[in-house]
Amino acid sequence: LAPWTVSDQKIPQGRLALVSYAAVFFVVLLLVGFWKLEVVQSDHFADLAEKNQVRSIPIIAPRGAMLDREGRVLVDSYPSFSILLLRDNAKQDPKSLELIEEGLGIDKSDLEGQLEAARFEPKFEPIIIKPAASEADIAFVESHRADLPMLDLMMVQRRRYPHGQMLASAIGYVGEVSQPDIDKYPDRFRPGDIVGKAGLEREYDQQIEGTDGMRRVVVNSVGKVMRTLDDVEAIPGKPIQLTIDEDLQEVAEADFDKDGGKAGGLIAMDARTGEVLAMVSRPTFDPNDFAVRIPPKEWAALNSDPQTPLLNRAIQAQLAPGSVFKVVEAVAMLESKAIPANFTAYCPGSATFYGHLYHCDHAHGEIDLHRAIVASCDVYFYNVGKMLGIDRIGQYATGLGLGQRTGIDLPGEEPGLIPSEAWDERVYHHKWYPGDTISVAIGQGPITATPVQLARMIAAVANGGTLIAPHLLKDETDLKTGSFPISDDTVQQVTDALWGVVNEPEGTTSGTVKLQNVDFAGKTGTAQTESFALQAKLGKHVKENGWFIGIAPRRNPEIVVAALVQGAGWGSSVAPIVRDVVKAYYDKKEGHFQPPPPPQTAGAPAVPPSAAVVAPSSDLVASVGTGAQHP
Amino acid sequence: MKERPRTQDFDWTLLAIVGAISTIGLLEIYSSTHASGMAGMQWKQSMWIGIGIIGMFLISRIDYHTLLDQAPVLYVFGIVSLLVVLVMGLSRLGAKRWIPLFGGFDLQVSEIMKLIIIIVLARYLSEVHTDRLTLQDLAKIALITLVPVGLILKQPDLGTAMVLVPVAVVGAFLAGIEWKHAAIGLLALAIMIPIAWGMRNHLKPYQQQRIQTFLHPEEDQRGAGYQILQSEIAVGSGGFWGKGFGKGSQNQLGFVPVRYSDFILASLAEEQGFIGICVVLLLYLGLILRLVDNAQKAKDKAGMYVVMGVTAIVGFHVLVNSAMVIGFMPVTGIPLPLMSYGGSAISFVFLSLGLVMNVRMRRFVN
Repeated sequence: LAPWTVSDQKIPQGRLALVSYAAVFFVVLLLVGFWKLEVVQSDHFADLAEKNQVRSIPIIAPRGAMLDREGRVLVDSYPSFSILLLRDNAKQDPKSLELIEEGLGIDKSDLEGQLEAARFEPKFEPIIIKPAASEADIAFVESHRADLPMLDLMMVQRRRYPHGQMLASAIGYVGEVSQPDIDKYPDRFRPGDIVGKAGLEREYDQQIEGTDGMRRVVVNSVGKVMRTLDDVEAIPGKPIQLTIDEDLQEVAEADFDKDGGKAGGLIAMDARTGEVLAMVSRPTFDPNDFAVRIPPKEWAALNSDPQTPLLNRAIQAQLAPGSVFKVVEAVAMLESKAIPANFTAYCPGSATFYGHLYHCDHAHGEIDLHRAIVASCDVYFYNVGKMLGIDRIGQYATGLGLGQRTGIDLPGEEPGLIPSEAWDERVYHHKWYPGDTISVAIGQGPITATPVQLARMIAAVANGGTLIAPHLLKDETDLKTGSFPISDDTVQQVTDALWGVVNEPEGTTSGTVKLQNVDFAGKTGTAQTESFALQAKLGKHVKENGWFIGIAPRRNPEIVVAALVQGAGWGSSVAPIVRDVVKAYYDKKEGHFQPPPPPQTAGAPAVPPSAAVVAPSSDLVASVGTGAQHP
Repeated sequence: MKERPRTQDFDWTLLAIVGAISTIGLLEIYSSTHASGMAGMQWKQSMWIGIGIIGMFLISRIDYHTLLDQAPVLYVFGIVSLLVVLVMGLSRLGAKRWIPLFGGFDLQVSEIMKLIIIIVLARYLSEVHTDRLTLQDLAKIALITLVPVGLILKQPDLGTAMVLVPVAVVGAFLAGIEWKHAAIGLLALAIMIPIAWGMRNHLKPYQQQRIQTFLHPEEDQRGAGYQILQSEIAVGSGGFWGKGFGKGSQNQLGFVPVRYSDFILASLAEEQGFIGICVVLLLYLGLILRLVDNAQKAKDKAGMYVVMGVTAIVGFHVLVNSAMVIGFMPVTGIPLPLMSYGGSAISFVFLSLGLVMNVRMRRFVN
């Protein structure tokens, strides 16, 4: 026995028992703790556990296509892949960045910048390093799954505009939903949603947007998808059929692109129904540029371009109608009977009113209404305007739909302006200058109109006063037409004169746009963009805007085409564009339409072919919005 | 009266409880890791248990009086080993705790120190002749304990350092600490805590963070607070009956931190529910009570102190680990005895049980 064990060997039984009680006490305490979590608060924690592991991933619905009146595709959607860089893998080998740089052609410093910018985002949220992957990019990712596991593909639905700039101003473009829109419709939009931003994309956004699906997946603690719980498939957006005729559209576009391109706009409509057959605006843009993600620099350039490529001139260009307005004048003169129908004037090439000298193109001599329209005599209409007075002119102009929106199914239509004495006093706080009436009489001065308004006006004059409702959606039923009855006699006199413009030797088109077997009529217009006084001051001659509004046949027309070419000089140079569209319409009707030769302009946008996308094996679909990725 | 100690005199009831706890531990390790890249861990753990059992038999053969005779040598050996670790140990995760051994195994020296402190304090306390501890005795006990505590803190390993303290506290209590000394000690502790709080800026960053995390778990979602929160979610979502074997989402999807080791009780709580926790905690209570029973039946005070030293360490581990899992205590890295995966921890438990058997089988031997 060891010497140190010989002392008092009484075991302290009481104190040992106390230790036992302490053990029981602590175990009971722990059980209470577990009871509190597992029984009292178990619902709360079950909820948290669910939130931990289940993540909802939206499946983006493809937007509906846009078809022309014959079912040809003008706009559609295609699945495209964005390349993601996953960041939940802690080890980022600098060598793999080099590999990525080489394989995907992304600058390494760009990648590092993106990684740095996302440093404080949750690690399981990947960053998009390439929004629109090419076929080669997808192949690269697929073949490097093993050595570059941080790369993944995300499927997104992207908008495709196979014809590039064609009809772009009417179609509009898509983009990421804006914060105000999210605030306004919190149920409809989520951040990062792609929505229609302009044109038809915006107007019919709700019809074509479809319903996004939802995939619920189980993720592990580092955010990796382990399995799918359930899938609610996306419902693709419905296609919409437009009234546009692709053939006519191409003809019109080709004419605007000829000879280095023209600025301006065109609208062709079925003059009986208001169906828009073609709509052009120049300069324009390529909506494909917006479909991926438009770089801020490009967007700023488009927005600040003095040529305003984002403007749809067919409905937004508010310009002086020039001599086209003489048609309104003629109707006012004949219908109001304030002036006898056989009124004649003497045109020596200019005339003086209220102490000012007003010009005319020619000295037309003794001239009546028919010749005054055919040859577009200003002096005749100065006199008519003076006799009618501004308010009576305004009454007829307004009746024929000028100075107000036509209600076409596109956002941002402009109303134009028809002045009156009351308007002048309200806006400028002075009495109407009678001299302005003389200017307005020939469509100059404080009067503006848009191409779509002028097309509808001429169509109304030719059909006896029915104001058609311009529209682009084929099966639009809710059409608001207007009525401003015009007597047959007036219709006959005015439309005969319009026929003369095209077909008589004295007509302002000099017979250059005659069409065989087509009852083609129309009116030219030439509008100064600055006053003669200002031009004199600037010491240079700014070219006038040219107009031509054509109809066929001259009475109860089937087609009406309004064209505007800015800086065209004389309106007669615009007439061939209108003629080509009208001719194409009749050629199609008679079955011998020849499509125009393809445009010579190089640099047509490279549009990805629909069947060229390889399906990736990845399960990860659209788990991030593109919202956070903006620079 | 028997002539020599026999293996039949092992505490088979105690070993049955140990077997039950170890088996539950193995099953939960399997459940936590079978679907991951760590599959098969339960076999490694079984191997550790086997080695532990062999160690238990070996240590039970050496008379504990012989071991206590060598207490000063063992103590010096332990202190030197801790110094060696500090100077040339293996660094992992910012802590020097291991000495490399043959065959790729690394020895965590502080686990050995636990056994040594049990023996050294048992020796010292059994030399106290009265049932009253003087202040001088208390100071010596404190010194004996705090030297290795300081060295282990230096590694740094706050958890293992803390574990040595209850051996001294329980020992002093059994040796007859005077109530006024105990009161003064508690008072000193009450004063120390705010002072220590004031000194917290001198702590290692990881220690600061753990304290910060304990006090405000919600502020650090992906850090250490995240661990406590995920553990609580696992426990709470288990409910009364549990989600079923291998079906705990927090466990299977890796939300529970080190789910097969320090937080294995959270995995168990999630999959087996409050019922499972009751079974396990009552088994641990049975283990502790059985250990105290062995202490009560020890032949001499030395044997009692040895058994109660083991009881103090095992009990402290269970208490601190369970409290951490439910967010009552900060994360200290103290494993759950017999259940948490880990060779050093398993070896320690079985070797200390060997000491208990050692005392038990000699209670009738002269």
